[in-house]
Amino acid sequence: MRWTMQDFSVLIGGKAGEGINIAGSVIARLLSACGLCVYMYYDYPSLIKGGNNFAVIRAADDQTFCTRETVDVLLALNQETIRLHAGMVREDTAVIYDSGVVKAGGTGLTLDAFVKEEEAPAITRSAGIIGGFCRTAGIPWATVEAVFARAIPRELDANLRVARRGYDASPPGSWIRVNGREALPVLTGNEGIAFGLVEAGLEGYISYPMTPSSSILHTLASYAGRFGISVVHPENETGAMLMALGAAYAGRRVAVGTSGGGFCLMTEGFSLAGMAELPVAVVLAQRPGPSTGVPTYSAQGDLLFALFAGQGEFPRIVAAPGSVEEAWYWAGALMDLSWRFQTPAILLTDKNLGEGLFSFAGAPPRPPLAPVLREGDGKYGRYQDGPGGISPLAFPGESGITVKVNSYAHDADGITTEEATTIAAMAEKRREKERAAAKALAAYPCVEVAGDRTAATALLCWGSVAGVCAEVAGRLGLRVVRPVVLSPFPEEQLASALLGVGRLIAVEENIDGQLSRLVGCHGIRVDERIGKYDGRPFFLEDLERRVGEVI
Amino acid sequence: MAWITGAQNTWCPGCGNFAIQHALKAVLEDLVAGGMRPEEFVLVSGIGCHAKIADYMAMNSFYSIHGRGAAVAGGIALANPDLRVISCAGDGDAYAEGLDHLIFAAKRNTEMTAVVHDNRVYGLTTGQYTPTSYEGFRGRSTPEGVRERPINPLELMLASGATFVARAYTRKIDHLKTVLKAAILHRGFSFIDVLQICATYNNLTDYYAPRVYEVEGHDAGDFDAAMRLAREWDYSADAPIALGVIYDSDAPSDPWPRMNGGGAEERAEEIRRILLEKT
Repeated sequence: MRWTMQDFSVLIGGKAGEGINIAGSVIARLLSACGLCVYMYYDYPSLIKGGNNFAVIRAADDQTFCTRETVDVLLALNQETIRLHAGMVREDTAVIYDSGVVKAGGTGLTLDAFVKEEEAPAITRSAGIIGGFCRTAGIPWATVEAVFARAIPRELDANLRVARRGYDASPPGSWIRVNGREALPVLTGNEGIAFGLVEAGLEGYISYPMTPSSSILHTLASYAGRFGISVVHPENETGAMLMALGAAYAGRRVAVGTSGGGFCLMTEGFSLAGMAELPVAVVLAQRPGPSTGVPTYSAQGDLLFALFAGQGEFPRIVAAPGSVEEAWYWAGALMDLSWRFQTPAILLTDKNLGEGLFSFAGAPPRPPLAPVLREGDGKYGRYQDGPGGISPLAFPGESGITVKVNSYAHDADGITTEEATTIAAMAEKRREKERAAAKALAAYPCVEVAGDRTAATALLCWGSVAGVCAEVAGRLGLRVVRPVVLSPFPEEQLASALLGVGRLIAVEENIDGQLSRLVGCHGIRVDERIGKYDGRPFFLEDLERRVGEVI
Repeated sequence: MAWITGAQNTWCPGCGNFAIQHALKAVLEDLVAGGMRPEEFVLVSGIGCHAKIADYMAMNSFYSIHGRGAAVAGGIALANPDLRVISCAGDGDAYAEGLDHLIFAAKRNTEMTAVVHDNRVYGLTTGQYTPTSYEGFRGRSTPEGVRERPINPLELMLASGATFVARAYTRKIDHLKTVLKAAILHRGFSFIDVLQICATYNNLTDYYAPRVYEVEGHDAGDFDAAMRLAREWDYSADAPIALGVIYDSDAPSDPWPRMNGGGAEERAEEIRRILLEKT
């Protein structure tokens, strides 16, 4: 047999409420157990039951971050899946479907009969089709048993019995080659954020539910007891932000999470954090469109909002990770940076990263960066001078001192002032912190480069389009330059990443080219822009074509 | 310990805020004399004339923004249960811009004391009506007179689940001190609507003087009796104005788990276990 790189795709679709997300994640873990790196895109409308959901799982020897235009196996729990995805079916695509409700060519499985005969709950229908998939793909039964035991918490036996029926009723195939590599854990981007925050010492997460950030709240709530943290769902986003600032004032490392609409409400407190010099990490998970937009789909339309949110001038640290490893790393790094520089930080993500499922290869260690704490005794002024504009921190409760923070212009003790020189001095102090933060960030990977590092044509991108850009660049022999940190703007790292680039093509999931505008403010000219703003991620071939048209 | 900072006081002569500041200082002195530490108190304020109290009191303080004091106070209480959080707010602060936070602090029975400096007018923005201004009040934004009914904050707080509800008046300062001390010592959410005159825009001294009375023989543990007393005066129509503790009960507070934090090693171990589960 010829030893080639594996690149395998499977789509599972069905009605909302049939557990497509869980079924997809089980398939991802089955493929991961075979030693492949996996990526899953999950597509669902904003409704609870009815409508059509689907998950596309792509597995390969190396990590991928996007889906392809066709699939190797199509699993249909309803007729709509066959109709919607007809264009993804090739001649050699294996189609497996529930013959009770679907008419199609391929392998029909009598899922209702399996469930009835095995006296299993109706939800195990998806286990039946997963069993059929495993046989067709060439996944050994022992792997199915091992993965089900970890991935399916309830009714394990019933699920396995129904899966076995599907397995036995399907023709054997060999799409997958078990490559013998150790299986990696499979995480969503939002799980990566949650664990990255916890690893960096998170003590409280305060969030009002808003897709696509909600699963951070759910994840942390479910592990709150194990981590000894407080997870709070308050009355609204305004309350969440202000509560977080109260907790930060009292010395706790806290984060908040939301999407654009919620961040609108939080900007009031965000600006307060800037003036009062309070640390807080904000996860801003973007969705398409202004206002309510499209809740369950993805976009990169909030970059300029994140950079400019809040009245007045104050430093903020903004980073947009492009993978689950980066999400983990930067969630922690922003917590460290926010505390060091006593100013708010934003982790800018989106649905594709946050709700996408990825093999997790481990996050790199972060540079140590401790907060500046008050040492010794004597008089304390919350905003007294310190190195780099950083005033040493103390917290209320400490004997002999008062800790006064203030949303108003204030003096070194935190007392309100309208005195001209003090107002100017405090503005300069905040600016000094921004410079100090930029200096500290030199030790961090603020700009990532992928593809051919010597190529004169480069794709410029940010956030979750990193992976698809890297893959396209690999195929077309291009360079990818990607700022991860967007504020303070990483001038030097970006300039060095762009050395020798003669032609720059920006790829963004928005219509205005927000990164293009940002780099333009720093004297970097973008030659071409490729935008996508329909809420759906780029397919590999789709982006390859569009890049091909402009190079 | 000196309780007053050197900050220049800019309240108008005759302002009710002086009485509230004086009462707060006296109560804190009293509590510290009784063994509490001055550093365990935190004062939160919003925005408006009342909020300057954060500058004037030499104690831990969070001078926050309009209406958000209760949310800030909730965060502080959650973060450090050893602190005693006193959230001073204006009536515009507490009942207009920040009403949701106040209601939810009451609903959760958060460990805090909300003191509303209720002068029934926006002072610092130069004289517009507030949620507790009486019907017909002529303010700069309502020259023909307000055509809305005022909110009755006591009724609202009772309905929201507050476990301690009281009313006081700045011209009865000894009574104000007694009520304030009881509120601070109450476990859970305590609320005081402090009637205060605005010397410049809403001087109601002549209105309050003949109407206010201190409640006697009222059973503060009886919710229905509290509601009846709260409804006696509706902040608009002419009626006797009860001062004192209207409602006082015990209930579990703070439903959210405290931020106790695990050690870094234990967390790292827990994360390793979770990653294995997700393989």
